[in-house]
Amino acid sequence: MSRTANALATPGAKLIGYFPAGYPTLDASVEAAVAMCESGIDVLEFGVPYSDPVMDGLVIQHATEEALRNGFKLKNLFDAVREITSRVQTPVLVMTYWNPVLQFGVAEFARELAASGAAGMITPDLIPDEAAEWLRISDELGLDRVFLSTPTSSDQRAATTTNLSRGFVYAVSTMGITGAREDLDKLARGVVAKIRNADPEQKVAVGIGISTNEQVKEVNEYADGAIVGSVFVTSYQEGGIEALKSKVRELVAGLN
Amino acid sequence: MSESLRAQTGPYFGEFGGRFVPESLIAALDELEATYKAAKSDPAFRAELAELHKNYTGRPSIITEAKRFAEHAGGARILLKREDLNHTGSHKINNVLGQALLAKRMGKKRIIAETGAGQHGVASATAAALFGLECVVYMGQVDTERQALNVARMKLLGAEVVPVTTGSKTLKDAINEALRDWVTNVDTTHYLLGTVAGPHPFPEMVRDFHSVIGNEAREQMLRDFGGLPTAVAACVGGGSNAIGIFHAFLDDENVRLFGFEAAGDGMDTDRHAATLNYGKPGVLHGARSYLLQDEDGQTVESHSISAGLDYPGVGPEHSWLKDLGRAEYFGISDAEAMDALRLMSRTEGIIPAIETAHALAGALKLGPQLGEGSSILINLSGRGDKDMETAAKYFGLLDAK
Ligand SMILES: Cc1ncc(COP(=O)(O)O)c(C=O)c1O
Repeated sequence: MSRTANALATPGAKLIGYFPAGYPTLDASVEAAVAMCESGIDVLEFGVPYSDPVMDGLVIQHATEEALRNGFKLKNLFDAVREITSRVQTPVLVMTYWNPVLQFGVAEFARELAASGAAGMITPDLIPDEAAEWLRISDELGLDRVFLSTPTSSDQRAATTTNLSRGFVYAVSTMGITGAREDLDKLARGVVAKIRNADPEQKVAVGIGISTNEQVKEVNEYADGAIVGSVFVTSYQEGGIEALKSKVRELVAGLN
Repeated sequence: MSESLRAQTGPYFGEFGGRFVPESLIAALDELEATYKAAKSDPAFRAELAELHKNYTGRPSIITEAKRFAEHAGGARILLKREDLNHTGSHKINNVLGQALLAKRMGKKRIIAETGAGQHGVASATAAALFGLECVVYMGQVDTERQALNVARMKLLGAEVVPVTTGSKTLKDAINEALRDWVTNVDTTHYLLGTVAGPHPFPEMVRDFHSVIGNEAREQMLRDFGGLPTAVAACVGGGSNAIGIFHAFLDDENVRLFGFEAAGDGMDTDRHAATLNYGKPGVLHGARSYLLQDEDGQTVESHSISAGLDYPGVGPEHSWLKDLGRAEYFGISDAEAMDALRLMSRTEGIIPAIETAHALAGALKLGPQLGEGSSILINLSGRGDKDMETAAKYFGLLDAK
């Protein structure tokens, strides 16, 4: 069974936290990720910097651009993941746009991921229709694979995504890109309902625009977890690792 | 090549194309594909588009024989398909009118577009004015500066122009920003993509809307110029004007097809936009195609004096035609293009866009190879008014400001 799904299946509300690999440096990103895990996130989403991140808002764009400027290379990713998984038990999912994986070689990337102790991969610009090689190799290696489902996905597409995802399905809360939003869309409930309808056993986490303790709680009333990204990057920028830790603690406060 | 190359449709051209986009956009792409399919076989849609071509754009565009220019091309006849004479000054309007009609059919009141040279932005702003749509154009900040005239045109036409300051601040980043807008506003907005790149159905649909160029030209060649040309030439940014003129000739095995990419500082430097020559297959902006990238799959910035060719990607059908060997692609440097621009201006009284000048420079090289008695049909994709500031600076015609 999926380590990520197991982590989400334990009692209580769940928080999935994003941080960009290599930001601001590789070592600093490892420390930040470990600190987030130790402060209470349930799953780590470790982002691969990419030159053309069309699903990301300005906060994450600027952070990942800086990581690239500071010399981030794909081969360092696996060292970083190895370091994180040797220090904490939290499942680590690598979040990456597709072209870096393609250039590395899908099967080779997957093998490196597995060897580094990562639980699997989240692929924001890869739909299951184009994912034949990834579906095959992730089955072979038992890696989690998280696809996205959105408010505009048809029932049929939501069902396919649900059936082909492992770990959880990433329910996109609102139409848009990453970045903090004041109001969490009620659209999110609809996306989750479609996924539950397709497979009541499948885990589902809601992301895009979540930034407050209230939102994390609200999402956990109907989903298996809340995904938070931009606000962690912002906290880190404002007050370093201490601010990041207290943001995690703030978001997980009273969850259980 | 026994099978018809012309009959090829998306989503895949060989191993190229597809839909590598966030799930958020799939419903909109499905809707667009269905709307386009229905429109294509609807006589009312075809009549409406034909009427716009005739009485708004001014089609068919003429073919001009460039005899004085040809004296510099090794004796080959040079024939110019005059897309520069279209309303708004380039081929871009062909695709824009088609897609704007589709936007209306889908009930979308807002269109967004990316633009490099500004010609696609101007055409989009024009269609928005004509059909009463809201229009937002994303344009790299570098390009807003080197194509300032077109920024003014778009604004006068009532469009909002958003300068994009991320990444290389050019066409690639304008497309990123347009995609982010589309992901957010997909319910109300049509993304009027300006070239034959992007996720299915864009490469096929945009090609179809531009195929009028080659269809007309093929007929004109047979009727008025004594037969099919030896070669067809066009510049290649994303590839829309090139595929538009190539498509009618794909199954004419004896007609050679040449695409000219921007070589920037030169093919022996790393400052170029010669995607098909120096790129590797990868995924950018929703399709698998040749792409300028590093070993990690990070997109490498392109360089060209021409904003419209300054793009590290290319449409998937060109990648397919290259690998098949049906079309050949070469690089033209900034200097070669600017020389050709001046030569065309002084020998024919036609000032071409800098993008187009790459095709002209290509023909100057091609002519001597094809030899006496050959003929080269060139897509004169746009006029050069927008480039006067760049050209004046380049040739030192103006005093420094
Ligand atoms: C006049 C002209 N020609 C060519 C191009 C290049 O685009 P494409 O390769 O899609 O024809 C542009 C783009 O801005 C243009 O304005």
